[in-house]
Amino acid sequence: MTIFSVYIINKAGSLIYHYDSPNVSRPAVEKTFSYPLELVLKVFDEKVVVAFGERDGIKVGHAVLGINGVPAEGRCLKDKRDILEVLATESNYPINIKFGRPHLTTNERIMLASMLHSLFAIGSQLSPEPHASGIQSLETDTFKLHCHQTMTGVKFVIIADPKQANVDVILKKLYEVYSDFALKNPFYSLDMPIRAELFDTNLQAVLEQADKPGIINS
Amino acid sequence: MAIFNFYLFDRNGTCLYYSEWNRKKQLSMSKDEEYKLMYGMIFSIKSFASRLSPTDMKEGFLNFTTSKYKLHFFETPSGLKLIMNTDLSVGNMKDVLHQIFSSLYVEYVVKNPLCELDKPITSELFKNKLDEYVRSLSQFPVKAAS
Repeated sequence: MTIFSVYIINKAGSLIYHYDSPNVSRPAVEKTFSYPLELVLKVFDEKVVVAFGERDGIKVGHAVLGINGVPAEGRCLKDKRDILEVLATESNYPINIKFGRPHLTTNERIMLASMLHSLFAIGSQLSPEPHASGIQSLETDTFKLHCHQTMTGVKFVIIADPKQANVDVILKKLYEVYSDFALKNPFYSLDMPIRAELFDTNLQAVLEQADKPGIINS
Repeated sequence: MAIFNFYLFDRNGTCLYYSEWNRKKQLSMSKDEEYKLMYGMIFSIKSFASRLSPTDMKEGFLNFTTSKYKLHFFETPSGLKLIMNTDLSVGNMKDVLHQIFSSLYVEYVVKNPLCELDKPITSELFKNKLDEYVRSLSQFPVKAAS
């Protein structure tokens, strides 16, 4: 019973709002290595990721999140040292590296939002039945994406646990919050990113309510 | 319940097999274009889902729903992709797609010395067996029967 994140995409396919639930645990593996490093790392999308050598819960695709407790920022550490250089220097070993699934950057989120926008359109184009809408829900083994498109083309997207119930109701509630606290806000211009404190708090209230079953139906 | 159509792609994106039942809408594009669009969509959805996932995925993308149809997806470790479109009342089709792979594709295509694995399937036997299998499914009957 969890909602992982919420995205709002405007009619042109650009991301105007996103929210990540703070209580989602992103598993990370920390391990101490000695020289030379058996894992093969590469730079992908400005992140240092594992290219080869899965072991002890470290999977291909996991990114370096930190070294010796210093968090990573892109391909460098917070103290501006290049991660690959640090790992290539023998005197730094033994070294403690933290691996985990890469965090999405804002740029990636914007890209994913426009990707969903086009997948939505292709989904309705490839329909074997006439008059199909676009993708309304998309299920994988780890999450389920629910999408509600309003008459004006705004998409509300919720990424939730596959077992999360009543997501349709939550999507409608989000639309209400959007109309009340974004559209009715005189300082909000249409199709632009939503930056309003009232909107944030009300959206979070709806999501918190959703985690307590039974209340949302009333 | 109804089953609309079935696509089979190899790991390179070649459409090996296509067949349809009760399909009401034909696209304005040619079949070749349609296969490309379908493969492209599945490819993008897979990468989309793997980036968005909060934890590591095992099976990845399973199905998606629109207001009129539901698309079921199954991929074998060798990269063979099986896609089936059904109506909304159909539940999990993973077992059916797995069955098509293991007892039809493997039996009548992989074990057939005349079938080239990276070319579209022309075998009549596979075609007939698949048609027979899909028609025998409990998900197959059109709404009037259920």
